[in-house]
Amino acid sequence: MASHSQDPAHGHQQVEEHIVPVSTYLSIFVALLIATALTTWIAFQDLGNWNVVVALTIAVCKATLVVLFFMHVKYNKGLTRVVLIGALFWLGIMITFTLSDELTRHWEIYPQAWTGMIVPVMRHLLF
Amino acid sequence: MSTTATVENFPNSSAEPQENYLNARYGVRSWLLTLDHKRIGLLYLGTITLMFVVGGIAATMMRLNLLEPQGTLVEPETYNKLFSTHGIVMVFFFLVPSIPATLGNFLIPLMIGARDVAFPRLNLLSWYIFVTGCLLMLYVVFTGGIDTGWTFYPPYSSSYAHTDVFLAAMAIFIAGFSSILTGMNFVVTIHKMRAPGMTWFRLPLFIWSMYATALIFVLGTPVIAVTLLLLGVEKLLHVGIFDPALGGDPVLFQHMFWFYSHPAVYIMILPSMGVISELITAFSRKRIFGYSFVAFSSLAIAVISFLVWGHHMFVSGQSVYAGLIFSVLSFLVAIPSAVKVFNWTATLYKGSISYEAPMLYALGFIGLFTIGGLTGLFLASLSTDVHLNGTYFVVAHFHYVMVGGAVMAYMGGLHYWWPKITGRLYPDLWARFAALIIFVGFNLTFFPQFVLGYLGMPRRYAMYPAEFQSLNVLSSAGASVLAVGYVIPLIYLIWSMKYGPVVGPNPFGTKGLEWTTQSPPPTENFLRTPIVTEEAYNYETAPEPEVVRV
Repeated sequence: MASHSQDPAHGHQQVEEHIVPVSTYLSIFVALLIATALTTWIAFQDLGNWNVVVALTIAVCKATLVVLFFMHVKYNKGLTRVVLIGALFWLGIMITFTLSDELTRHWEIYPQAWTGMIVPVMRHLLF
Repeated sequence: MSTTATVENFPNSSAEPQENYLNARYGVRSWLLTLDHKRIGLLYLGTITLMFVVGGIAATMMRLNLLEPQGTLVEPETYNKLFSTHGIVMVFFFLVPSIPATLGNFLIPLMIGARDVAFPRLNLLSWYIFVTGCLLMLYVVFTGGIDTGWTFYPPYSSSYAHTDVFLAAMAIFIAGFSSILTGMNFVVTIHKMRAPGMTWFRLPLFIWSMYATALIFVLGTPVIAVTLLLLGVEKLLHVGIFDPALGGDPVLFQHMFWFYSHPAVYIMILPSMGVISELITAFSRKRIFGYSFVAFSSLAIAVISFLVWGHHMFVSGQSVYAGLIFSVLSFLVAIPSAVKVFNWTATLYKGSISYEAPMLYALGFIGLFTIGGLTGLFLASLSTDVHLNGTYFVVAHFHYVMVGGAVMAYMGGLHYWWPKITGRLYPDLWARFAALIIFVGFNLTFFPQFVLGYLGMPRRYAMYPAEFQSLNVLSSAGASVLAVGYVIPLIYLIWSMKYGPVVGPNPFGTKGLEWTTQSPPPTENFLRTPIVTEEAYNYETAPEPEVVRV
């Protein structure tokens, strides 16, 4: 576990880095290679609508491994995690707002369903 | 109380200059391998000034061409290349790095009482990366140019591209990494390297605004890099991403492009706002009105800036519902921006105001930025934008923000900290004269463009109907006045480096750690680590302006 300690004599911050065993790095590397092979294999299978879902799932798993182990997020807390969460949140903003356009592009200004509901209700109330 | 630096003649006082960051080491090598944030700031200053000249020449040729309805100077194709060059160079290679990479690099460690930035080597690397991007861009400009406009919209940049779009995109891609490194460096420096006693709420407001800017650098720039890379991938590998012919979506490009490029506007204006907060307090010798509101409004602008990009796409085929959301959110930016303008004005109230050159730029900024900001509301409204989109109204609006705002503040900041940077003062009268010329020239250039846009003149055309000529001539005449306004400071600032009066640590008698060390500062910034015991802008304890030696 990384710990930050204040050196009272000099006022510097000393950072003790977590030493990750080489075996861990190697296992993650092998896992990434296997996932890459899987991605390649999947790319030649026709899964219909699931093509993108499966490819992205594998990609997210790989990215998670890289971030947790190679980028040491697993061993760091506090500000490092805030930065990571902030970055993911920002990515979320980009995807959500872009989808707010893509998904509503074919909506009509006044959807049929509304008028279909409103007109009979108004008739019932007024006449 | 006057804060004017008094000049006294001391004929024999060209005494031994004390050792400082400029004379500690000599030679080209000492500059090209320097890790000193102050020298790196100056390297950036030189680079972006050259790029400003390139972008300025393109603008001058455009305005010359528009003197007559049929165009006087160049073919329409060349005109397309001129406005594209002007936009790309000015946005990505001048405005984005302008205040952060020069004044930010120079001042952040000095203002927070640090020895240097957190990662000095990364800082130098960022300059080399930036220069690589600049050289690549210049190569594109001088070997055929680019005609897509600065926005690179497909299909101009894909199916119908006639120029080397890929290389130009790569130039911006490369320069973007310089922004990311600078942003990261600043965030870590501000978090970790503040002097003892320099709490978050004792930081000068320039630091708050640089922090907000650095966040946008780090969060936004990777997106433009990825977007331009995808453009290149599509072109080279024919994978359908943005090109409808290949199954792509051109509006998706606009989403991704503006996700960075709208916040990029705030990369330009937030540092300017930081500079203005410093100038207004310095030359009214008064505490800022509502420190925490001004500080948090910077962060609010940075956050909201990422939620408004769709207002560039109201007429691009974006859905009406998304347009509605983006319109409402765009109006929100007005709130923190107005907080700043009102607080600067309130700071002036009952202040001991003096009108040195930096203050003239600051007051000019407030007026011009307000016009630029308020006309932005016209464009954020769904209905009026249908009429105004793609006209000169938009051109005038963003020039009021980027030139009337960002460049005015950059010039003001450069003048204010010039004695700290060089240890010498510029001729004050010339400086005030230039500030005035720039203000007049700017308004002459761009105010007619509001009217032209309102009357329906579209932007990005080499020709126009004859009825628009008088306003176009007015605008071109203003541009020549503006050009003179920029050339004068270039001359006297260079002159002052050798012949300007020598100044002491604090020629204006203003507050801030940077004014407590010698001018120019020593390589290590402070001979002793400063200890901060008071809030920023505590002008009750401000020193008198210093006597300046010639």
